[in-house]
Amino acid sequence: MKRREFLKTALGGSAGVLCGGGLAEARPNLEPAPEAVGMLFDATLCVGCKACVAKCKEVNGMPPTVLNGEPQWDSAQDLSGETLNVIKIYTEGKGSTKDMVKDGFAFEKRSCMHCVDPGCVSACPCTAMRRDPITGIVTHHPDACIGCRNCMVACPYNVPQFEYNKVFGQIHKCQLCNQAGVERIDKGQMTGCAEACPTGATLFGSRKALLAEAKRRMALKAGDTYSYPRGDVRKPDSMHEKKVPVYQQHIWGETEAGGTNVLHISAIPFDKLDMPPLGSRSAASISEGVQHTLYSYLALPAIALAGLAFAVKKNTDDEGEGDGS
Amino acid sequence: MSAHKATGDRIITLPFMLLVAVWLTGSMFGLQRFILDGMGSVSNLNGGYTWGLWVVYDVVIGTAFACGGYALAITVYVMNRGKYHPLMRPAILTSLLGYALGGFGAFFDMGRFWQFYEIFLPWNWNFNSVMLEVGLCVATYILVLVIEFSPAVLERLGLSGLKRALDKVLFLFIALGILLPTMHQSSLGSLLIAMGHKVDPLWQTMQFQPLLAIISSLIMGFSIVIFEASLTTAGMKQPSEAKLLRGLGRIILWLLAGFLIIRFAVLAAQGKLGLIFAGNFSSAVFVIETVLFIVPLVLLSSASLRRNSGLLLVAAVSMLFAGAAYRFDAFLVTYNPGNGYSYFPSVPEIMITLSIIALELMLYLIFVKRLPVLPRAEHA
Ligand code: SF4
Ligand code: SF4
Ligand code: SF4
Repeated sequence: MKRREFLKTALGGSAGVLCGGGLAEARPNLEPAPEAVGMLFDATLCVGCKACVAKCKEVNGMPPTVLNGEPQWDSAQDLSGETLNVIKIYTEGKGSTKDMVKDGFAFEKRSCMHCVDPGCVSACPCTAMRRDPITGIVTHHPDACIGCRNCMVACPYNVPQFEYNKVFGQIHKCQLCNQAGVERIDKGQMTGCAEACPTGATLFGSRKALLAEAKRRMALKAGDTYSYPRGDVRKPDSMHEKKVPVYQQHIWGETEAGGTNVLHISAIPFDKLDMPPLGSRSAASISEGVQHTLYSYLALPAIALAGLAFAVKKNTDDEGEGDGS
Repeated sequence: MSAHKATGDRIITLPFMLLVAVWLTGSMFGLQRFILDGMGSVSNLNGGYTWGLWVVYDVVIGTAFACGGYALAITVYVMNRGKYHPLMRPAILTSLLGYALGGFGAFFDMGRFWQFYEIFLPWNWNFNSVMLEVGLCVATYILVLVIEFSPAVLERLGLSGLKRALDKVLFLFIALGILLPTMHQSSLGSLLIAMGHKVDPLWQTMQFQPLLAIISSLIMGFSIVIFEASLTTAGMKQPSEAKLLRGLGRIILWLLAGFLIIRFAVLAAQGKLGLIFAGNFSSAVFVIETVLFIVPLVLLSSASLRRNSGLLLVAAVSMLFAGAAYRFDAFLVTYNPGNGYSYFPSVPEIMITLSIIALELMLYLIFVKRLPVLPRAEHA
């Protein structure tokens, strides 16, 4: 092949590969795991007692958070290397009426959403974030983790947190109380936070059952009474009657970025509760689509290398010098 | 005889001592990070901004600055422009230093540095991860650069037999030295895809991230060659390479035009052109960045302007700023993780980055003064 032709093909090929990345059809979002478990958080039921925050620390053996010199079991302000679950407060204006956007207040739980198509798992180079193929629970494995913190930037919810205050720190995140040594779900128990919740605002269950429950609540008429379950939605510890609030017709996590196993419903729009602006497509699906188009498991790079080696060899020989430095 | 020679100048000079001082100051904070209290005590990194100055400058921008060897290798060996060959060795040296210190920066930032090797264990590999590709590829490229640079060391040591043996297989490493940066420089852009909504819409081009990243890294690579050659000509009384540099200017012109056309076409296709005129912080940042790309485009577009080596240097500097800004803006300046997080690098963080730059300059000076790196006069 003439050098010119070869170059055209080689350059055209590489350009094609790179543009192919641009046009690549991303893989579709992952589907929910077959026996996905999760939680349903109903913000209208949360009274802000933070029993779940304290219980989470207890179950996971996390230290109390020190605020103003006092150790606090339930008052952490945000997720951190020592806090996997927080209750955040929404207030507006006078902040006097529960679940009102104007002059109102509300509570919002923040912990890992256990994404159906988790960004943290896709981004981790060392497979130190794993999604259980059966339960969909996303766990972290510090023994394989290098601390690059790509999981943190790739999580739409800023969930994984690194212990910056230690020389030998690690990543922490909620593992649905099912990490090695805790294994509440495998033992047939429910999550610590759902067990501790006095109102059933944090409800445990299979994703299917929780989604069905959320849809039932969406269909309720505001002002009617509804019997709310507590604990595990499939076998509640107890039920209690309460007037139905004006729900936003939006089940967070049904579709967001591929969906989540932890669902939220609320009377306040989610953007006001600081949920991120997500479409239905997971970023992981696009990123992986591009990556696999460009690399096809290293087949394309291997071909490119052969082409380059040929061109370089030819051009160094042309010059009559092998001195490539 | 070699086409290169050591300048043989004195190493200990006043500027050199200043660099040493900066390096030592930064290193003290480095000790604090590794021995006393961890990253939190020297940085403002937080739960939302976990990649700060270190990752974005030392790795993402630093390695792009180090693309001179890559850009020139394409010109010399793929496009067969042998006349640029004299520039090759100094370019390889800056690439080697830039990448080696980028690698050090990555290690410095690594939260669990004591088990860094976990990323090299095949049973841990997650092939879906862009970071895996970046990590392995950058590490391999550093080794390739060491081999590509070794002829200079072998020459100096007078090991000509070994050098001849190396010359026979060097073409393979040169080929790798073109392939690997193509892979990881595009992947550095792909890292942004997974960050989704946190990346400002004007920078979040999704599938086009790798393409824009690779073009901008080539622009920066060629610019650094011009920049470096202009400075060594002026500062070390080396023969001028103005004619060669002008030729590079023409290549860059095409890259610049390509970058801008693709960038705007993608924004148009994604329906985001309006955001440029939104009059907010992001739009202002975007405009400044775009001006930095357009200035060199104008300067380089006319042959008579290209002939002015002063203007050529201005164009190169503008492109270096443009490429750095493109990365800074996407990864940090307009990056918004939400949840009320904010970030500005702390003084120790800045000092540590400065000390890495100082170390790079110190090593460069030592190498060109003691090893046959810069081209001889007759090749100018
Ligand atoms: S919320 Fe974040 S940490 Fe949890 S599974 Fe999703 S991406 Fe991972
Ligand atoms: S910090 Fe650890 S868990 Fe997170 S992406 Fe990096 S290696 Fe994976
Ligand atoms: S599931 Fe367990 S770890 Fe997660 S927030 Fe609830 S109590 Fe904490």
